[in-house]
Amino acid sequence: MDVTVTINGTEYERDVEPRKLLIHFIRDDLDLTGSHIGCDTGNCGACSVLLDGVLVKSCMLLAVQADGTQIETVEGLADDGALTKLQQSFSDHHALQCGYCTPGMLMSATALLRSNPHPSEDEIKKALQGNICRCTGYWNIFEAVKAAAE
Amino acid sequence: MLLSDVEYAKPSSVADAVKLLEGNEGARALAGGQTLINVMKARAASPDKLVDLNGIAELKGIELGADGTLTIGPMTTYSEILASAEAKARPILGQVCAQIADVQVRNRGTIGGNICANDPTNHLPPLLAAIGAQMTIAGGGGERVVSAEEFFLGVYMTAVGQGELLTAITIPAGKGDGFAAVTLGVDGTCIANAAASVNGSLRIALGCVDATPVLVHPDSVDSVRETVRAAGLNPPSDVHASSEYRAHLAEVLAERAARQAVEKG
Repeated sequence: MDVTVTINGTEYERDVEPRKLLIHFIRDDLDLTGSHIGCDTGNCGACSVLLDGVLVKSCMLLAVQADGTQIETVEGLADDGALTKLQQSFSDHHALQCGYCTPGMLMSATALLRSNPHPSEDEIKKALQGNICRCTGYWNIFEAVKAAAE
Repeated sequence: MLLSDVEYAKPSSVADAVKLLEGNEGARALAGGQTLINVMKARAASPDKLVDLNGIAELKGIELGADGTLTIGPMTTYSEILASAEAKARPILGQVCAQIADVQVRNRGTIGGNICANDPTNHLPPLLAAIGAQMTIAGGGGERVVSAEEFFLGVYMTAVGQGELLTAITIPAGKGDGFAAVTLGVDGTCIANAAASVNGSLRIALGCVDATPVLVHPDSVDSVRETVRAAGLNPPSDVHASSEYRAHLAEVLAERAARQAVEKG
C-alpha cells in the first residue's frame, strides 16, 4: 500500500506491506535509526515517537496507519544542530548510561513539557512510566527532566 | 517483529466497516491496537484482514445528556476520557483510565477496545459492569442494546458477533463509585480488581477471578466480605497469585471499592 508520511519535516512516500510495524518502516525503510526497538511488545517505550503531536509506541501500530500523518522522532529534536534544552539537560545530568532508552525518554519528556511546561515531580514520574531504562538510571533522567522544566 | 501477512482496510463509516467485517470470518476490527497488535506479534491471532476503525468519526467522542447520561464512542481513547470535561460527570471513569498502563498506551488504547478484548485482567469490564453501562451493537440486521451482564460472555468473548461492531457505550449519571486493584507494579496488569457503585443499592463487580466480571449485591458495606465469600469464587492460579490468594484479594478489594463508593455517594 502507498504510504506518505512527513517525518521531522521531510515527506516520504513508500510502498509498504500492511503487516509492517511503524518502527520497522521508520528504521529499515527510511533509515532513521534514532528510534530504537527494545522489547517489541509495547513495554519498554524505546520506540516512542510523536504522531501528529501525540506520544505513541511505534511498535504498537502499523506503518499504514500512519499514512498522512506528521511524525517527530528523536532526530528531529536538534535538527538545526543545537541540542534542545531537554537534550542539554540529559547531557548535563548524565541521564544516560548505555543510551538505548534515551530516544524514547527524550520523546516522552518532550511530549510532557509541551503539554505541561512546569510539571510536578509526580507528573514527571507518571509521564515517564511507559519508558524502561534497563540500566535503572531513572534518577538522573528524572533530574534532567526536572531541570529542563525549570 | 514481522506479523503474519494481513490485508488492511480503513473505512470511514460504521456501515462500511460492518460490510467489510460481514461474511469474512478472518476479518477483525482494529481499534487502538494496544492488545491486538501484540496478540498478532505472538501469532495468538492471525486475522486475514484488519478493519481499522480509526477513520470513523462517528465512533469517537463523549456526549453528556441533560439527565447526566454519558454516551461514549468506543474509539475514544483513555487519554481523551481523562481530558474530557463531560466525562467528569462520572469521575470514576477518568480515575480508572489514569491507572491503565502508561501515557503511550493511554494515548492510543480505546474504551471500546478494552471491553471488546474482554481480557479478564482488564480494568474496564468490571468497572462498566458495576456502574450499569449499556452497550450498543450494530450489525447488518440493525442495532441492539445490551447490559454488561449480557455483553461479557467469556475470556476474550463478548456479545459483539462476527460482522458486528460496538458503536456506543451509555453510562447513567452517578458519582458513588469506587475501584480498587492489586497490580503488577504501579498501574500495571491487575492481579485482582473490584469496582463498586452505590445507587440506591450496592453493586460490586469483581475482575480477574472468572472469565467475566462477577457481580455481587451486598446488603451493606459491612456485609461485603461475607457476600463475596458466599459467591464461591474459584479464581485461576498463575505465577502471580494462587487461586486462594486471588479469592482473598477479591474480598479485600471489594470492601475497599465499596467503602470508596459509599464515601463518594
